[in-house]
Amino acid sequence: MRRLTTVIGLALTAVMLFPVYWMINVSFTRDQDMRKSPPYWFPVHGTLEGYRAVLEQQGPYLATSLVVGLGTVVLTLLVAAPAAYSLAKLRPRGGGVLSFVLLIAQMIPGIIMAMGFYAIFLTTGVLNTVPGLIVADSTLAVPFAVLILTAFMSGIPEELLQAARVDGAGVMRTFVSIVLPVSRNSIITVSLFAFLWAWSDFVFASTLDQGGAHQPITLGIYHYIGNNNQEWNAIMATAVVASIPATVLLIVAQRYVAAGVTAGAVKD
Amino acid sequence: MSTSRVPRTPVRSAPAPAPVQGRERRVARTRPGKRAAQQWAAWAFLAPVVVYLLIFYAYPLYRNVELSLRNYTVRSFVQGDAPFAGVANYAKVFADATFAPALWHTIVFTLVSLAFQFVIGLALAVFFSRNFRLSATLRALFLVPWLLPLIVSASTWSWMLNSESGVVNTALSWVGVGPVNWLTSPDWSLWSVIIANIWIGIPFNLVVLYSGLQAIPSAVYEAAALDGAGAWQRFWRVTFPLLRPVSAITVLLGLVYTLKVFDIIWIMTKGGPSDASTTLATWSYRLGFGNMLPSFGPGAAVGNLLILMALAFGLVYIRVQRRQAAA
Repeated sequence: MRRLTTVIGLALTAVMLFPVYWMINVSFTRDQDMRKSPPYWFPVHGTLEGYRAVLEQQGPYLATSLVVGLGTVVLTLLVAAPAAYSLAKLRPRGGGVLSFVLLIAQMIPGIIMAMGFYAIFLTTGVLNTVPGLIVADSTLAVPFAVLILTAFMSGIPEELLQAARVDGAGVMRTFVSIVLPVSRNSIITVSLFAFLWAWSDFVFASTLDQGGAHQPITLGIYHYIGNNNQEWNAIMATAVVASIPATVLLIVAQRYVAAGVTAGAVKD
Repeated sequence: MSTSRVPRTPVRSAPAPAPVQGRERRVARTRPGKRAAQQWAAWAFLAPVVVYLLIFYAYPLYRNVELSLRNYTVRSFVQGDAPFAGVANYAKVFADATFAPALWHTIVFTLVSLAFQFVIGLALAVFFSRNFRLSATLRALFLVPWLLPLIVSASTWSWMLNSESGVVNTALSWVGVGPVNWLTSPDWSLWSVIIANIWIGIPFNLVVLYSGLQAIPSAVYEAAALDGAGAWQRFWRVTFPLLRPVSAITVLLGLVYTLKVFDIIWIMTKGGPSDASTTLATWSYRLGFGNMLPSFGPGAAVGNLLILMALAFGLVYIRVQRRQAAA
C-alpha cells in the first residue's frame, strides 16, 4: 500500500514536471527533428547546438541578470533588515500602519509600477540603465522582505537583546552583532527570493530596459522568440540555463523555499 | 502553522513576563527620556524603508495617476507639458471596444485558474500529507513550476501547444482529436494561457494548503475513524471545514496575484489573436508600451482600474487574515 502510494506520487510528479522535461528534451533536439511527428521522446540524436548558441549569444544577458539580481538583493536587505528589526523589537509608534502599507504595496500589479517608473525614469535619465532596473526589481522584494524578516526577528528571545543591553551595547550594536547573525536563515531566505524575482523579472525589463545596452536574460529569451525564430533548441537551451538559479535555490535551500512560500501567504 | 509563526507565539506571550517586568521597572524610573530615545531609534531604523516607499512606491503611483489624467505623448513626456485631460482617458477606456472583452477575459482567466489551482492543489496536499517514502522530495519537486522564470514556463508551453509540432497535439491525435490551434485560434487562446497559468499556480496552493493540513491535529482524524467515518467522509466532515481559514487565505491571495498576471499571456499570445486573450493587464501594457505610438494616458487609466480591483480583494484578504489571527 505504502509502496503503491509512492508509485502514484512518482507518476503525479512526472506528469507535473513533464513541461520541464520537454523543455530539456527540446533543448537537445536537432533542427531537422524539431518538426518531426511524432517527436523524439528522448534526445536520442541529441545535439549541443542549442547550448552553443547560448554560449555565443546569451553571455552578456546572463551577466546582466546576475548583476541585477545581486544588486536587488543588496538594496532589498539594506532597506528591509533595519526596518524589520525596528518593527519586531523597537516598538515604533505607527508601526502597525507601516506593516499595513507594506501588505498593500505587495498587491500593486507590476505593470502599473512599470508605467509610473517609465515616466520617472524617462525624465531623470535612468531609463535603460542597470541601476534603474535594480531599483524597479527591488520593489518586487522589499515589502515581502520586511514582512518576513519582521516575523522571524520577532522570534528572537528578548533575553538575548536584554543581555546585549546590559553589556552596554546600543541599538545599532545590538542590531549588527546580535540580531543580524541570529537572523541568518531568514536573511538567506529573503535574499534567495529577491534574487530569483529579479532574475525572473520580465515586466520591468521589457518596459524600463527595452533599449538598454545591458539587458537581462528574460529579454534575451524574449528577443529570441520575437524574431520568429524557429531554432527552438536554442530558445529552450536558453530557458534551461535561465532556470539554473531556480534549480540551485531548490536544491540548496529547499526548506527555506517552502517556508518562504507559506510565510508569504500566512504572514501577519 | 507557518514557519514564521511557530517561533513567535511562544516567545511573545509565554516566557516573556520576566524580562518585560524588568524593563518596565526601569522605564518607570526614567520614563519620558528613555521612551523618546527608543522612539527615535525605532524610527531611525525605519527611515530607509519609509523613504524607499515614498520614492519608489508612492511617487510612481502618483505619476501613474497623473499620466491617466493627462494627454501624454512621447514628446510631451520629455517636455512635461501634456495638457490636462481630466477623466477623458477613463471615458475613452470605458467606451473602447476592447474594454468589455478585456474585463470578461480577466474574470474568466482569474476564476477558472483559481478554481483549478485550488482543487488540484488541495487534492495533492491531501495526497502528500500521507507521508509516504520520498514524499518530501517529490513535494519539493512540485515547487519547480512556481520557481521557474515566467518567460521560461510561457515559452515552453508555447512550443508544447504549437499547432503543427506541439507535443500536446501529438498526444491528442492518439485519442483521435484533431489538431487544435491552441495559440492561433480565438476560440482557444484564452484557454491556452489559462492552462499554463494553472500549471504555474498549483505549487503555491499545494504548499500553503499542505501546511494548513499539517496544523490539523491527528487526534481529530483518529476520533473520526473510530466513529466509522470513511476516507471520503473524513475529508468532507473534518479536513475541509477545518481547512476553511487557510483555504480562504489561499484563494484570496491567489485572486490578487492572478488579477495581475501579465507575463504569461503576453509571451504566449500577446493577448491575441484579435484580443481573444486580452486581459486588463495585457491591455494596459499594450496601450502603454505595445505600439509604436504609445497611449500612456489610457494605458495608465486601465492600470488604475486594475489597482482598484486588486486592492478591493486585497483588503478583504487582510480583513480575513486579521480576523483569523485574532481568533
